[in-house]
Amino acid sequence: MKAAVIVFPGSNCDRDMAVALRDVAKADVQMVWHGEADLPDVDLIALPGGFSYGDYLRTGAIAAKSPVMAAVVKAAAQGRHVLGVCNGFQMLTETGILPGALLRNAGLDYVCRDVPLTVEAADGAFCGDYEAGGTIRIPVAHHDGNYFADEGTLDELEGEGRIAFRYAEPVNGSARDIAGIRNRRGNVLGMMPHPERLVDRDQGGTDGRGLFTALAKALG
Amino acid sequence: MKARIYITLKNGVLDPQGKAVHHALGALGFEEAEDVRQGKYIELELADGTPESRIEEMCTKLLANTVIENFRIETD
Amino acid sequence: MTHSPICPASRHIPTGPDARARLKRSRMSEITPALVAEHGLSPEEYGVILTALGRTPNLTELGIFSVMWSEHCSYKSSRLHLKKLPTTGPQVICGPGENAGIVDIGDGDAVIFKMESHNHPSFIEPYQGAATGVGGILRDVFTMGARPVANMNALRFGDPGHPKTRHLVKGVVAGIGGYGNCVGVPTVGGETNFHPAYNGNILVNAMTVGTVRTDRIFYSAAAGIGNPVIYVGSKTGRDGIHGATMASAEFTEDSEEKRPTVQVGDPFTEKLLIEACLELMATDAIVAIQDMGAAGLTSSSVEMADKGGVGIHLDLDKVPCREEAMTPYEMMLSESQERMLMVLKPGREDEARRIFEKWELDFAVIGEVTDTKHLVLSFGGETVCDIPLGPLGDNAPLYDRPHVPTPARQPIGGLAPRNGVTDDLVTLMGCPALASRRWIWEQYDHMVMADTIGRPGGDAAIVRVHGTKKAIAITTDCNPRYCFADPVEGGRQAIAEAYRNLTAVGATPLATTDCMNFGNPERPEIMGQFVGCIEGMAEACAALDMPIVSGNVSLYNETNGVGILPTPAIGAVGLLKDYDRRTDIAFKTAGDVIWLVGAPGRHLDQSVWLWQVEGREDGPPPPVDLAAEKAMGDYIRNLIGNGEITAAHDISDGGALVAVAEMALAGDMGAALTPMSHAEAFGEDQARYIVTAPEGVAIEGTRLGTVGGASIAVGGTQVGLADIRTAHRDWLPDIMTR
Repeated sequence: MKAAVIVFPGSNCDRDMAVALRDVAKADVQMVWHGEADLPDVDLIALPGGFSYGDYLRTGAIAAKSPVMAAVVKAAAQGRHVLGVCNGFQMLTETGILPGALLRNAGLDYVCRDVPLTVEAADGAFCGDYEAGGTIRIPVAHHDGNYFADEGTLDELEGEGRIAFRYAEPVNGSARDIAGIRNRRGNVLGMMPHPERLVDRDQGGTDGRGLFTALAKALG
Repeated sequence: MKARIYITLKNGVLDPQGKAVHHALGALGFEEAEDVRQGKYIELELADGTPESRIEEMCTKLLANTVIENFRIETD
Repeated sequence: MTHSPICPASRHIPTGPDARARLKRSRMSEITPALVAEHGLSPEEYGVILTALGRTPNLTELGIFSVMWSEHCSYKSSRLHLKKLPTTGPQVICGPGENAGIVDIGDGDAVIFKMESHNHPSFIEPYQGAATGVGGILRDVFTMGARPVANMNALRFGDPGHPKTRHLVKGVVAGIGGYGNCVGVPTVGGETNFHPAYNGNILVNAMTVGTVRTDRIFYSAAAGIGNPVIYVGSKTGRDGIHGATMASAEFTEDSEEKRPTVQVGDPFTEKLLIEACLELMATDAIVAIQDMGAAGLTSSSVEMADKGGVGIHLDLDKVPCREEAMTPYEMMLSESQERMLMVLKPGREDEARRIFEKWELDFAVIGEVTDTKHLVLSFGGETVCDIPLGPLGDNAPLYDRPHVPTPARQPIGGLAPRNGVTDDLVTLMGCPALASRRWIWEQYDHMVMADTIGRPGGDAAIVRVHGTKKAIAITTDCNPRYCFADPVEGGRQAIAEAYRNLTAVGATPLATTDCMNFGNPERPEIMGQFVGCIEGMAEACAALDMPIVSGNVSLYNETNGVGILPTPAIGAVGLLKDYDRRTDIAFKTAGDVIWLVGAPGRHLDQSVWLWQVEGREDGPPPPVDLAAEKAMGDYIRNLIGNGEITAAHDISDGGALVAVAEMALAGDMGAALTPMSHAEAFGEDQARYIVTAPEGVAIEGTRLGTVGGASIAVGGTQVGLADIRTAHRDWLPDIMTR
């Protein structure tokens, strides 16, 4: 698998994502600066966590207007795989690739801790290595992870099996406990929790590996 | 010219910050504050004669997220 | 008071864009005794300035002397005593005097670290004060070439019931998180105390640890006559003018009106600055580099030139300014954040400029290195400052302030505990001194960079040296109540506890940074506390081979004559050569034997039990036997290295039974223990650890019991782990959301 990790000014999980893709998914990873108008020929585009542009204005809002994002929108529409984690998920909603928005946590405080997630959709390139209905433990680290969408959109997400992960306990006030969603075609996943942070035992757990092993199987 | 943009959360979108401010006002004895919605205020210094449609475009493309926010423009 | 047109207290002067007019104003201001006093300079110090210059200074020059000779920059009350601290060792690459200390960790790797205070600004504006404290200490570390890999902090607040405490805790924690989380450096731990002595003066001490290749270290000494001096980062505004002098004065009732001088941090710019500096540092274009911290452009330019034994000339017309009509005085004293000063090799400006422009940062050539040994500033085509560097730096005032030792305290004796040990255990686990700090550290991203392998809540945090089997252990420690009762013993203990915390995860202690927070040094008893703590620390650092490689002094932590507890906060770093050989505090397996390594507890004086249960802070602190600490530490590290034990925890605040309860909570497994007296349970005798090992492993210690069950049973009585957990977990969130 060839993967590109997009680096925005203020990204800070770009290296973590690249390491997980290399070590677990055995991907050939290149870092792509946000100012590039064209994407290299890759199987996976990863939008990493962080505080792109300081999260000023709205989280992910300014990054969503970066030159490279036009190319990401196009690639997603063509069926290329796109993974957005945390700030990356916020960018995906800001571009409209995924529906909804991420609001300030209901508790108002930044929250960093391991949380239990229920795997809702154990299929596809991202989730194929997880067990449907199973619980995995993945850390969150965000101030704005409170997922919002109108009722119609939420019903649609449920009906089409597009909710990938739900929080198994209250974390940030997300609508229907949504932690991660996919697009209709299944080639785009956005999630607030950080699977790249729990991929080896020394980090305190390995539940994040499944996402990367699934990608390796699906994308070679 | 100057444009003033008021960005507010749409009705029905949870506003935890507004809720916290409302709660704090109540605790200070301002019971008449029945609801609080927190928003953003942005001032733009623009070339004279910039048409309203351009400002609207700025709002929809960047300044506001129309999934969750409304905006109102004032110019002088 | 005589009104000067540009004195800092009355900055509301009409400003025009015309530099000539501004120049004229700054020359016209008459230097009166009142103006001198307002700049925190004594009449004697002003006399020295007159002699050094051979003439009357202008306002800009007075401002420069004022900040350079402030306690914060000159260490004039403390320098004499700081010299007594051991600062060398085979592991030390760079000791105090640079931006941060550097220690060798083998294979061409080194760690760079320092702790610094941001106490006064954090009391006035907790969010921004704490945030900019983190920003400042990060810059001290990446200035030297390191990538910051971990942040820590040591916080002291007033009584939890004091009306201000909640607001201050909330703001400081949010500020530390807001800055650290955004720059993407994990905040991996720290310590937080509550005590009424901090009601009027909180302490916010922030520490950063970075890693660097030893051939990529950068220093601040300017060199190369004619080399360009470069300004990078954010633009200069009027924020923080006189922050350094504020940090060097006692608080009074009206200090809160000083709010406008507190700087605002921009962590996003800091993140860009880190990346841009590291990118430029990968080339060989930089001769010297220094961050603009307290006293901004003044201290950075003076220090760079002074260290290099050269002179420096700056053209202030070229300084990127955020506000209009800034005067030389304002530019030189501004404490705008996220700025750096560099000396480049000739001809490398364009290469550097490209990197900074890529990261959307300001870049300006503002001067050059000279051979004059003077700081010369031009503005509007004229010279507005010409000061010999000697008196500003090395020859700054130095005081041997009178000091009296703290009287020795008599042991109290005759204590008659009223409750059973398990009842008191629940009280202690949920008391302000020992309750969980989870509410705090869950607001910090402690996992970003994905190398945190020892998270907050243990004895020491552990961070991997990226891409190697090595890891760095980090801890911050100090027991200010011990230091107040006996400064010498308290100073020893702070180092000894840091040593134990590093040891308890399996790390070899390497070196130390300190943040010396004290009251008004002009009072002999306060100066006596300072001198006493230094004496104890020096002894312990030498005995435990943990030299002090960097640090900071914060004096005048007093409000209306009431000082804080003497607080020499210690930050210490240790090395794990192979992080597979480490341990943590959590109980692992039912049936494991619980051992006390070290002597049974006897010393209840000054213990948390005495304070929180009996309501007394009496008697002497526990004595520290440094030889025993060393021997015990070597023994524990061996046990961990050989894989003989399954968990380890140092015994400090709360004593042995509290240590056992913390291990039980971490592993979610209870313990069955033999009967204990209150002194055995809660005595805070030093040089002790709790370890667990499988049955049959020989441990030199006292067998206390076994791991297992859902309660802590001591002899015939027991208390459920769930009750302990509730008390321990809920105290802080409860007071913060009350």
